[in-house]
Amino acid sequence: MSSITQPLPQQEKAFRWKMPEESYLTDGYSLKSWLLTTDHKRIAMLYLISISFAFLIGGIFAMLIRLELLTPAGDLFESDTYNQLFSAHGIIMVFFFLVPSIPATMGNFLVPLMVGARDLAFPKINLLSWYLYVFGFAFMITALVLGGVDTGWTFTVPLSTSYVNTHVILAAMAIFIAGFSSIFTGLNFIVTIHRMRAPGMTWTRLPLFLWSNYATALIMVLGTPVVAITLLLVILERTFHIGVFDPAYGGDPLLFQHMFWFYSHPAVYIMILPGMGVVSEIIPCFSRKRPFGYTMIAYSSLMIAMFSFLVWEHHMFIMGVSTYSALIFSFVSFLVAIPSAIKVWNWTATMYKGSIHWDTPMIYAIGFIGLFTIGGMTGVMLASLGMDISLTETYFIVAHFHYVMVGGMLLAYLGGLHFWWPKMTGRMYPEAPAKLSAILTFVGFNLTFFPQFVLGWLGMPRRYHSYPPEFQVLNVLSTAGASVLAVSFILPAVYLLWSLKYGAIAGPNPWGAAGLEWTVQSPPLTHDFVETPVVTTEAYDYENIPEPAYASR
Amino acid sequence: MQSADTFKLFPDSASTISGYVDVHFMFLCAITAFFSLLVACLVVYFGIKFRAEVHPVAKQIHGSIPLEITWTAIPMAISVLIFAWGAILYMRIYTPPTNAMDIYVVGKQWMWKAEHPGGQREINTLHVPIGRPVRLTLVSQDVMHSFSIPAFRIKREALPGRYTTVWFEATETGMFHLYCSQYCGTNHASMLGRVVTMSPDEYQKWLATDAGDSLAAGGEKLFQSMGCNSCHRGDSGARGPNLAGLYGTMVNFNSGPSVIADDAYLRESILQPNAKIVNGFQPLMPTFQGQLSEENLIQLIEYIKSLKDTAHQTQTIHNQQQFPPVLQGGNSASQLPETKKKP
Repeated sequence: MSSITQPLPQQEKAFRWKMPEESYLTDGYSLKSWLLTTDHKRIAMLYLISISFAFLIGGIFAMLIRLELLTPAGDLFESDTYNQLFSAHGIIMVFFFLVPSIPATMGNFLVPLMVGARDLAFPKINLLSWYLYVFGFAFMITALVLGGVDTGWTFTVPLSTSYVNTHVILAAMAIFIAGFSSIFTGLNFIVTIHRMRAPGMTWTRLPLFLWSNYATALIMVLGTPVVAITLLLVILERTFHIGVFDPAYGGDPLLFQHMFWFYSHPAVYIMILPGMGVVSEIIPCFSRKRPFGYTMIAYSSLMIAMFSFLVWEHHMFIMGVSTYSALIFSFVSFLVAIPSAIKVWNWTATMYKGSIHWDTPMIYAIGFIGLFTIGGMTGVMLASLGMDISLTETYFIVAHFHYVMVGGMLLAYLGGLHFWWPKMTGRMYPEAPAKLSAILTFVGFNLTFFPQFVLGWLGMPRRYHSYPPEFQVLNVLSTAGASVLAVSFILPAVYLLWSLKYGAIAGPNPWGAAGLEWTVQSPPLTHDFVETPVVTTEAYDYENIPEPAYASR
Repeated sequence: MQSADTFKLFPDSASTISGYVDVHFMFLCAITAFFSLLVACLVVYFGIKFRAEVHPVAKQIHGSIPLEITWTAIPMAISVLIFAWGAILYMRIYTPPTNAMDIYVVGKQWMWKAEHPGGQREINTLHVPIGRPVRLTLVSQDVMHSFSIPAFRIKREALPGRYTTVWFEATETGMFHLYCSQYCGTNHASMLGRVVTMSPDEYQKWLATDAGDSLAAGGEKLFQSMGCNSCHRGDSGARGPNLAGLYGTMVNFNSGPSVIADDAYLRESILQPNAKIVNGFQPLMPTFQGQLSEENLIQLIEYIKSLKDTAHQTQTIHNQQQFPPVLQGGNSASQLPETKKKP
């Protein structure tokens, strides 16, 4: 990697960075300069604001769900209201937070900076992708304001096509439109990583964040059209009774399950692969060490992307599929766990004989490893055909995918946000409250979701508005945990906003991190690089990168 | 047993399969706990032992091929073991023994209707004897539902338009939860009930208190009122095939592969008669789609099952706990497996 161009502060008190006079943030202050920007960094910030809003709404719905489940009786909301709450929570969190989360914010911001380019390959398509996201989200909000949707995020037919009277079409359109935003982001990443790498940036020098976002982009481009078609068919079936899914008109409800999960299982990897990429950046940096088994971590991302398309039927083992196909899909589901296991081992080994700094991003990353391991291992339990019969459609499933999506992706997202916050804004976040919130997230998360494993093993079905009394204590624990979790999400919102004005000025490379993005000023110029960088070393050349004497150390 | 407690950690175990599932579950929990703790201990240990204060300079290590092979091969081997174990369990749970008694369950928004062959009907309750395998044939009248009895460790989706089956043999008397576990609309959380397991004697008494027309008798009435008997007369000149002794035998068609006449085949032949035309017959039968309720279909199937043909009569072999090794638990587990006696 090209060497750090600016001198690094060696003595904390003697040297203070100054905020650069020019940056992408100072390049126009009007609303128009933001709404019509084609700068990947500004689009990343637009996405950051939008998905934070989506996360807030989805999070409020989650809190309301947990409040209802505090008591066995369905006493806080009507059952229809409760059904709308968990449907909206699922749709917003999956399609409007998790899928765009890391790729659309950190990915958009960092992909050009990491490959050494001045922007993504198609800047206007990138802006269009944000508008499609906003447009799709507006459809979803409209659906909610007009009375909601109560199909669950899975749109199970024939319930969604012939039975419910809620705004299924609006919600399906919302996802259909947002799907294109995801395809455009994927397309941009694939072309940029293939065609716009700086001289010397070979594939084996590519940061692992790019490998994982590249794998994600492949799934986005190949998988999203299928869910778009599926939801279009739901809309057509609901409007014209064309008879694709509803047996009353000659359709087949299992066909829907096949088509929906053909996208929605790979979508799980859209939601976790970028998180793995973030963790693969954070751990080497805060261990001051090259990643153990770079090649294995890189290729395992591609293996995950490939296998992810061949496991969808494991969502249907109890639905009367043929035993032969169940056997094959069960076996491949075990295979998809292997590359994830390889990553976990390599991250762990990276810490061995490192020089470990317990800064906030590292705490999030270590939390990620622990929670993702539990999420992954419980996934292995579910891949077992015989076990799946007992555990599927219960709270065990809910706990499992929240360990992967929240314990995994959300922790990685927050870790990445803290890690690159100085690059995005030019200022440091305050370390003490950040550490506190990282620890609170970990504690609150486990308190919320671990009891749900037990509830699932006891047989409590998902999406229940009321439940038998013997499940109450575990549900109360879960709700208590959710309250801790809520605090741990409000804290970063407060201190990150505070840091925009009062945070210490970061300088180009406050962590002493490897990567082209750390060679430019923070926040970067609109055109990223003054001159095209030339890469001469491998990624993660921590041996030759001096450690900064940053204030928190 | 249902209890008034607000806390428990282990579900009731009340069927012959529960123990097998529990051992598998405990094994999987142990594996999960072992690897999660191993990883957690390693990252915490490395994080403390090599913290920057005491280990200021990292030692650069590229990686290690032997290590990569080891930590790929060990999870692979464990995966293959779990896969095989889980597959065997799956086939056990979804392959009913041949001597199982039949109960039909129809799901609709938002109740479970159970129909016993003797004509007893119940809603959100299922009475079954202990010590006897019970095969449930599930179907939904509207949306997808899922029939779950955690104490028996069984669950099966009830689909509109096609039959699925699951079986169990209860071992404990008592009352157990029965849930719908597939989200099915407004009152999904109220679509639950109880399974009442009884000793065989008690069960016989219960059957006697609620005996109406048996399902087969109801089916016979329908068979006549719908005019089925005018073609399916049983004589050689009839326009429809003879149905006596048909159930469980191999049927040959004018085109396409032969199938065993099971519930799914009979259902299809009533609703979509032209889908498969029996060898030597013409596609003359009208469809009965929309004219028969799920209950009517069950009655007709039970009636056709009850029609015995002395020439082809199949012998029922009673033996407990039979798990045929053939792969056929999935889609049409109602196919009658080749019977084999245990040594």
